Amino acid sequence: MSELLIRNGYVFDPLNGIEGERKDISVRNGKVVEKVSRKARLLDASGMTVMPGGVDIHSHIAGSKANSARMMRPEDHSKDPEPKTKHTRSGVGHTIPSVFTTGYRYARMGYTTVFEPATPPLKTRHTHEELNDIPIIDKGCFPLFGNNWFVMEYVKQGRIEELAAYVAWMLEATRGYAIKIVNPGGIEAWRWGRNLRLLDDRVPNFDVTPREIVRALCQVNSLLNLPHAVHIHPNGLAEPGNYQTTIDTMECVRDIPTRGRPIMHVTHVQFTGRKGWSWPDVRSGAPEIADYVNTHDHVSIDPGQLIFTNVTWMTADGPAMFALFKLTKTKWFNADVESETGAGVVAATYKKSNYVNAIQWGIALELALLVKDPWKIFLTTDHPNGGPFTAYPRVISWLVSEEARRKVIDKVNKTARRRLDLPGIDREYSLHEIATITRAATARSLGLQSKGHLGVGADADIAIYNIEPSKIDLAKEYKLVRKAFARAAFTIKDGRIVVKNGEVVRSVQGRTFWTRPQVSEATMKTVVNDLESKFDDYYTIRMANYPIEEQYLTASQMITTSTGV
Amino acid sequence: MTGMSKTTTENVICTFCASGCDDLQITHDGRSVDSARNGCAISVSRFTSTKESRILKPLVRTKGTLRPTTFAKAIDRAARILNNARYPLLYGWSQTSCEATSRGIELAELVGGLIDNTTTSCHGPTILGLQDVGEATCTLGEVRHSADLIIYWGCNPIHSHPNHTNRFTVFSKGRFRKARKDRKLVVVDVRRTDTAKLADRFVQVQPNGDYELLTALRTAIKGGEIEQDSIAGVPTETVEEIADMMVECEFGALFFGLGLTMSIGKHRNTEAALALVRDLNYVTKFVIIPMRGWFNVTGANEVSTWQTGYPYAVDLTQGYPRFNPGDTSAIDTVIRGEVDAALVVASDPVSHFPKSAVKHLLDIPIVTVEPKRTPTSEASEVMIPSAIIGIEATGTIYRIDGVPLEARKVIDPPPGIRSDVEILDAIIKRVKSLGVRR
Repeated sequence: MSELLIRNGYVFDPLNGIEGERKDISVRNGKVVEKVSRKARLLDASGMTVMPGGVDIHSHIAGSKANSARMMRPEDHSKDPEPKTKHTRSGVGHTIPSVFTTGYRYARMGYTTVFEPATPPLKTRHTHEELNDIPIIDKGCFPLFGNNWFVMEYVKQGRIEELAAYVAWMLEATRGYAIKIVNPGGIEAWRWGRNLRLLDDRVPNFDVTPREIVRALCQVNSLLNLPHAVHIHPNGLAEPGNYQTTIDTMECVRDIPTRGRPIMHVTHVQFTGRKGWSWPDVRSGAPEIADYVNTHDHVSIDPGQLIFTNVTWMTADGPAMFALFKLTKTKWFNADVESETGAGVVAATYKKSNYVNAIQWGIALELALLVKDPWKIFLTTDHPNGGPFTAYPRVISWLVSEEARRKVIDKVNKTARRRLDLPGIDREYSLHEIATITRAATARSLGLQSKGHLGVGADADIAIYNIEPSKIDLAKEYKLVRKAFARAAFTIKDGRIVVKNGEVVRSVQGRTFWTRPQVSEATMKTVVNDLESKFDDYYTIRMANYPIEEQYLTASQMITTSTGV
Repeated sequence: MTGMSKTTTENVICTFCASGCDDLQITHDGRSVDSARNGCAISVSRFTSTKESRILKPLVRTKGTLRPTTFAKAIDRAARILNNARYPLLYGWSQTSCEATSRGIELAELVGGLIDNTTTSCHGPTILGLQDVGEATCTLGEVRHSADLIIYWGCNPIHSHPNHTNRFTVFSKGRFRKARKDRKLVVVDVRRTDTAKLADRFVQVQPNGDYELLTALRTAIKGGEIEQDSIAGVPTETVEEIADMMVECEFGALFFGLGLTMSIGKHRNTEAALALVRDLNYVTKFVIIPMRGWFNVTGANEVSTWQTGYPYAVDLTQGYPRFNPGDTSAIDTVIRGEVDAALVVASDPVSHFPKSAVKHLLDIPIVTVEPKRTPTSEASEVMIPSAIIGIEATGTIYRIDGVPLEARKVIDPPPGIRSDVEILDAIIKRVKSLGVRR
């Protein structure tokens, strides 16, 4: 029995309404408990901030496209080696770190749970191989459904119950966690070199629209009682004027019963929140989108904050990646996946002097500052699309300090500065709000009941930062804030200290979460018959070789849901 | 166990070439394979000849001769060789599982060595080309469903990947292309191969003329004028005709092999091919897929990339990964005489490496982990026989197109024979207990 007593820290635990109170946290056998015995190991957190471990809802850390990006970009790694130590394996950064390095770098920032938000089902065995290899953090992945042939056919036939059973079958077969949609229907159009930009465009050969796909999958999400909302990257990514499609996408599921929480999470809105008709004319659509989010409870968003640095774009949105490659003319990777989805990767650089980049940077910050409720917006850089996850401390400094933002605003493209609302926004986040958007709200959105808080029964995933809230003015001392969040004083995973003073002192194996909705035998049988009759026609592997056995996951953590199907 | 009774295992995955045929029916008694169905001739022979050329005991060289020994003694000797080396090479990996390659990388980091896979001598130039321009690709099913133009360039799948044409290309049945008549086949090669005999158009390129021809095609698809009468032995009209076929197809797929990667120009050839396909996407849909050879060479690249950032030729002597093919690649380091010990897993460099490299290999201690007797195992200091992946042991493998499969065990290995993973784990454990010098 291992016990730990974290004494006297300033605790920020938004899910339990604890806002910077000085209190002790007791840990036994990896869980937060009421109290511990006198033999417990003491950890003095006086003068420090204590939060639940960070929970990242959207970060491309594993799987075939991340690995294709690594393979394509040796120049990204060579300047950022990670030597082996007594406790850690070697690896490389920068925008697409190797797997060991990914786990260590998250842990150093006090993060303990991260979700890979887009896995092509056929290649998800690959995703799990990488997730198995990522040390310390807990993880999970969202399989892609928005261009899947079976999905589109069930939608066309209006067979929602069978669609739900199919999604349940796929989540179990891929050990996936939630429904992900990327550019619904548009990737199927990319088969012929085309794209779908609007919600009512028709998918070639399948005679359905993005609207029908999105609505059906949201209904399925509700029917299956899945822990997370439908996680969506809408049509028209990166194009000027796409903010309207984003709002249309949110609006098209407003009438679906929400079970008291969002039915849809719209991700990296910086890429789909653009007004204007052309690149020179692109403007921020953040005010309109924030207004929509502020007045509706069925959606949440994350901004996908842009960082002025080298990045790697990667997404299942093949057509969008090709469109962007035509602008950058750098390196382009594309990988369509039979009957299911696609993928694209492009090497890129964001510059302050670039008008569009500056607008993008501004859109993301405007979203974070204009959405009033921190439970509706989560911290992301859409790693590594907007910037690497290691830039989170910098983003936090921008959120807590207008002065920190001002320093950047003064240097960005002048036209962009003039056209953004950002310079006039003076909101500054509190530590409590930071704790909300980085762990409490993301854990709640993911439906992870033992994560994102420090109440009794919670997993003892805890981050301790060198910030003394009573003595520090966050807005003025934003550089200290940034340093503190970059190198946690302590990171505790399942009750074990894994990071001390920003260095990994112990490596542990994290769990992989996946969802198993319980569907009636009769409906499942119908669906399995459908699959058996078409599988050999749709795929080049046998149906028997498709599912991933649970034992394949080094540390499997199943979440079951009872459903109405 | 029911003793000698025969059973048939369905949906078995073939571990020969990287096409990943996964519909084999293997009839066996749990110990040996009786018959194999659905596979190509090579596949059938692989499954039915598991007992041939097997080594059934670990061997260690004593007084110049390989002699049987215990597993523990072989492991100890292997660990000492690697631990005492200044610059050990850990080579092979394309005919074993991803799990084994993962152990290999751990061991290379532990002993401070160089880990390289057979990519270095086949599609290494493909990866270097990809690192310059990227790659527009897809899984094989997408080709089957959609491609109306298939090009095989510098490869002969009828012999190297016998089921390729009927599972994925001209003879397959897809959603949007049903039969041979729905697709055009172009073959580019230096000689009329058996694959070329099936083609609608065979283009005979002069040896080492690929780069020139690819560049001319890049010009032609953009409407550029070619002034010469012929390009690398191909009449300009033919070049323009092929360019028109490319531009006018709805979904084109270019497959290429060692004819491109191992002729003069190497990674410049592959770069030109990758760039040609990239450029074609401005006017239509086009993809490119390298015809990788061994069944898990793709997987070896994948594991190496996610663990170290680099797909092959990874030097871990400094305590972090370095990648500089030519400097950190197996053949080059061996030829320069830098490598002072080698661990060879599931490969046969003594047969495949150039003569000057083999000459040095024969001078250094080699540890071989491999199911069968090979020229490399014969030249080894230590030979640890292992189970055959996908037949006698389970492991993850990757198809040409990056689709991962779990190649499951069908029959038991011969008594006392362990899997590559178990053997490597034992070596790692022994190296750790010896106390790492570095």
